[in-house]
Amino acid sequence: MSALAPYSPGPERPMQTGPGRRSSPMSWRWGDRLALAFAWTAGIGLCLIAAAIVIYMGYRGVEYLRPSLLVSRPSAGTSQNATGGFLDPLLGTALLTLIGVLLAVPLAVGSAVWIAEYGRPTWLARAVESSIEIVAGTPDIVIAIFGLAIFQLSLFAPFSFTAEHGGVFGRSFIAAGAMMSLIALPPLFTATRDGLQAVPAHMREAAFALGKTRIATIRRVLLPSVRSNIATGVTLGVSRIIGDTAIVVLLLGETLRFGPQGSVPAINILRGTGASLTSYIYDNSPAGEGAAPQKAYAAAFVLIVFVLLLNLIVQRIGRSGTDSTGLTAVGGVV
Amino acid sequence: MSPETMTAEPFSFSADRPRDQDRALAPDGRETVPPIKTIVLDRLPVPVAAPSEREAVRAAASSGPERLRLEGVSISYGPKEAVKSVSLSIHQGEVLALIGPSGCGKTTLLRTLNRLTELTPSASRAGRIMLDGEDIHELADTTLRSRVAMVFQQPNPFPMSIFDNVAFALREQSRKRPRRRELEPQVIDALQRAGLYEEVRDDLDRPALRLSGGQQQRLCIARAIAPRPEVLLMDEPCSALDPISTNTVEKLIGELRRELAVVVVTHNLAQAHRVADKVAFMYLGDLVEYGSTAEVFDEPRATRTRDYVSGAFG
Repeated sequence: MSALAPYSPGPERPMQTGPGRRSSPMSWRWGDRLALAFAWTAGIGLCLIAAAIVIYMGYRGVEYLRPSLLVSRPSAGTSQNATGGFLDPLLGTALLTLIGVLLAVPLAVGSAVWIAEYGRPTWLARAVESSIEIVAGTPDIVIAIFGLAIFQLSLFAPFSFTAEHGGVFGRSFIAAGAMMSLIALPPLFTATRDGLQAVPAHMREAAFALGKTRIATIRRVLLPSVRSNIATGVTLGVSRIIGDTAIVVLLLGETLRFGPQGSVPAINILRGTGASLTSYIYDNSPAGEGAAPQKAYAAAFVLIVFVLLLNLIVQRIGRSGTDSTGLTAVGGVV
Repeated sequence: MSPETMTAEPFSFSADRPRDQDRALAPDGRETVPPIKTIVLDRLPVPVAAPSEREAVRAAASSGPERLRLEGVSISYGPKEAVKSVSLSIHQGEVLALIGPSGCGKTTLLRTLNRLTELTPSASRAGRIMLDGEDIHELADTTLRSRVAMVFQQPNPFPMSIFDNVAFALREQSRKRPRRRELEPQVIDALQRAGLYEEVRDDLDRPALRLSGGQQQRLCIARAIAPRPEVLLMDEPCSALDPISTNTVEKLIGELRRELAVVVVTHNLAQAHRVADKVAFMYLGDLVEYGSTAEVFDEPRATRTRDYVSGAFG
């Protein structure tokens, strides 16, 4: 015999699902309503700002953008038709990105592997992480000035042009690329380290249990697991390099075209000066020396297209990283 | 009750539930329950001698050559003793199940057998462990681990193809040699012994992580047995698997024991009963009882073993 009163459900009421299920804001307190309105405004406002940037740059840029601009080199001239395109700055951006990534990847991945897999003594691990945070937080103009001071030492004379009386110019693709690698290093380090720490312990133990050394485990099991994290980090680093102006203005010598130094074929470009898209935009904008704002807008539009493409690539890598390896990729932003 | 009064018939005891037609209502409205009628036992009660009168760890007849011998093995994590002076013998041709409640040290003991506990900085050990007569701490740890293989609770195939997963176990450290053609027969043999080959034979280059959970665990077993180890250690190999995969892996363990010594740590007493030839029961770091499966499950000598096996705690 049950001790409970017999259960009978109340009168039938249809279950509400969907948006109507939540209580209407009309019934909230005014403080909450204000907060909701602010949230909506902020979200829509951000969308509008992003759209404004892209659409306005697109409108002004496409107006003047021609395929010939992308493949013709800048030249001296007084009228717009004679000043050529921005091929050299475009190639300059690409070259800087390449140098920066090539220098940053071994440093960042190496230190991330050390932190995640070894990390002893503890004080040293903490020092390494703090150092990378310091570099991440340093304003790029400060990094640029630091780079200038370093590369103007006579020790680093081979990396740039040396004037007749021994003054080291200190400005070259090598110098700018080296400092760019410092810019790209923190996001790459963070992405790799987080990816490595996310690999479950039993995966490492399984490799050890097969008789593999730690180095073999890192090379064959762990680094392939974090491939997509590394790719995400590289893409984040690349987007920072592409957008950087201070380092370019201080460390690239600001010649509109490539100014190779020396006679060795490829090295002379690296030792020489040049321009990147960002410095080209600065120079041609109303705030810079040139008076070709249309070309500045065109170059800015090209830059925005690069950034959007990179964002797409990061998203694709993030999704495909989850599929192919089965471990989640970290799309971390520093 | 003396032996003389025991009859050939079983002593009867049973409690029948009151049937509906037997329910009656007393004059004051209360239900009355009819008196218990028959009591039936299915066997004679067997008196259990007090634990102090018997030794709980018995030498049992074993089938194959001795592979691993533990002598007075104690393991501590810092000040806390996880395993206290355990002595055991593990033979080829039989499956040893380590059972016990959580925290009793069975996983620690298992991981010491291939020196994985050394990965924990605070771990210290005493005692000797001999693999085929050699002290395992005299061997290089990489050599030891190719002779004593381990399968983990979570299936953990590496992010490579199925072929590369098994080939990784056969290649030297990070070398890419020997090439695929030379390794293919060994890889296929390992997959066949693990019972996975028929399911993956059409495409060995598929990423291993696309397999199902049970297939991944069998791939991990194939990877572990590919270098033909002498001992296979399994840390709760079926706890992450569905019942059908569990059944497949248990059958596989039964086949593998012919060529290897197998040690299985399991929480699942029914699984230990199905799979094991010998059972070692541990409690709070001590080896409480060791014997064949029938002995430990049906006629345990230690009270604690009997309580654990009957489900009184655990």
